[in-house]
Amino acid sequence: MKILVCISRTPDTTSRVAFTDNNTRFDADKVQFIINPYDEWYALVRAVELQESQGAAVTLLHVGGAEGDAILRKALAIGGDRAIRIDAEPPDAYFVAVQIAAFLRQDPHDLVLVGKETIDYNGSQVGGMIAGLLEWPFVSLASRLELAGSTAVLERDISGGKEEIEVPLPVVVSCAKGMAEQRIPNMRGIMAARTKPLTVRAAEPAEALAPMIAFELPKAKQGVKLISPDQPEELVRLLHVEAKVI
Amino acid sequence: MSVLVFAETAEGNFRKPAFESVSYGQRVAASLGLPLHVLCLDHELSESSIKQLGDYGASHVLWDRNELFRHFDPQPFAKALRTAAEATQASVIVLSLTYNGRALAPLLAAQLNAGLVTGAIQLPEFVGQEFRIKKNVFGGKAIATVALRTPVKIIAVLPNAVAPQRASTDVAVELFESGVTASDWKIKIKGIRKSSGKVILSDAEIVVSGGRGLKGPENWGMIEELAEVLGAATACSRPVADVHWRPHEEHVGQTGLTIRPNLYIAIGISGAIQHLAGVNGSKVIVVINKDPEAPFFKAADYGIVGDAFEIVPALTRAFKRFKSGELTFS
Repeated sequence: MKILVCISRTPDTTSRVAFTDNNTRFDADKVQFIINPYDEWYALVRAVELQESQGAAVTLLHVGGAEGDAILRKALAIGGDRAIRIDAEPPDAYFVAVQIAAFLRQDPHDLVLVGKETIDYNGSQVGGMIAGLLEWPFVSLASRLELAGSTAVLERDISGGKEEIEVPLPVVVSCAKGMAEQRIPNMRGIMAARTKPLTVRAAEPAEALAPMIAFELPKAKQGVKLISPDQPEELVRLLHVEAKVI
Repeated sequence: MSVLVFAETAEGNFRKPAFESVSYGQRVAASLGLPLHVLCLDHELSESSIKQLGDYGASHVLWDRNELFRHFDPQPFAKALRTAAEATQASVIVLSLTYNGRALAPLLAAQLNAGLVTGAIQLPEFVGQEFRIKKNVFGGKAIATVALRTPVKIIAVLPNAVAPQRASTDVAVELFESGVTASDWKIKIKGIRKSSGKVILSDAEIVVSGGRGLKGPENWGMIEELAEVLGAATACSRPVADVHWRPHEEHVGQTGLTIRPNLYIAIGISGAIQHLAGVNGSKVIVVINKDPEAPFFKAADYGIVGDAFEIVPALTRAFKRFKSGELTFS
């Protein structure tokens, strides 16, 4: 059983959001970068749990520049056997998916885990695109994942509830809340991560199909309108007459 | 060339995202002078129920009545969309970024080599052959413009973001075979668990949400009562779900559900940045908190500083009087 976990590098959740180069690029100045939380808490931790319970081999993969190595080492401290970095500055999600699909054609895995989206560009695209390129089944927004032989048993979010499903391997799964609990790497993990293999590979040529060309900040809120606690009717009036939401 | 819309259904019913995507597609088609086709994949629909899509500008609907579509698996759904896209020579495909749309759109985009935007919040700007489309990024803290330059373009519209436009178009329904077979379904559905709430949180137009300020699960009665009067769904903050005062399905925020209702009423929630990330797409935010320094007030449109245990029942009474027509405003 081989599991591939796709790792993205994103700004820390509390980062100031600003843009540079005439608003065409995220301003990374003084920003701390982390493993995309959904990749870490849900996808990676669940893969590590399956490694511990079922002896699965876990590969971590990141598409990005050399600054991604620190993120991969941190991920290796949580778990996983080896890491691959595909060296490129990805222009869009499709480019990333092409790289991962190409890697999987050369080095087959049974299960590919991605986080439900990245917290920066909120695309929710790479997992589905890998499945599309490889013609594999795709389960999105999974909140539970067990393995039973060559079948994955999952729970996925649907509108107004959850669905229990079964699907044969190989499969791509996008992982959402409920899949696993966050783990803090311990000293042993951090030490072990230093000697785990981290390989850098060249990227496949691929075109960008949907680049982001400009950014802007949303209009600032007008400021809160305070209503006296003994005038609930005034709030009802404002919601009806001014905001027109009831 | 044409515009193809996938109108998503569940058990024979269209929900709001389907109307939004039909109307979005209709406006794109009108701007480009292209014909509009709508695809429905649901055997429980009827010709008369499909006709309601005319209220949003649909004139031609392709309807595949294959029962297999009652179970969602993105691969065969993408196959059906590819068949329909080929039959209609679609150059633009529009769908909604629902749970299913989130799975379907990227899969289809990779297969069609199509540029994709997930979560469009506006109609495109047309610049030559290029579409420029805005979407939220950084959890709503910024907006990005995505450039689609490919011959086939896919737009997954963010639900509750682009208001549908009413129309009255005559609908021609054409039976359609998208060529799927049972062997295309790799995902087997074993069971479905419906959430307990009366209104589905992800679809709700009004949401009433409670936080730690409510002191304990026994105090949720007033939240549910307010929600009931407003026809709203109930939600909660992460700490509340973590201590099991409320089920995890109700948790909204960065690590929970992201929602964009028309009205979000936050009661006893301080407004941590992670919580805001899940709700700041709401059109109107009302915050009720006893702490005037609560950061949530900075993100709110309306606020009441005071004791929730007094304000919420009084507010519920006021909404009841408004709903019954007793309280009116000129």
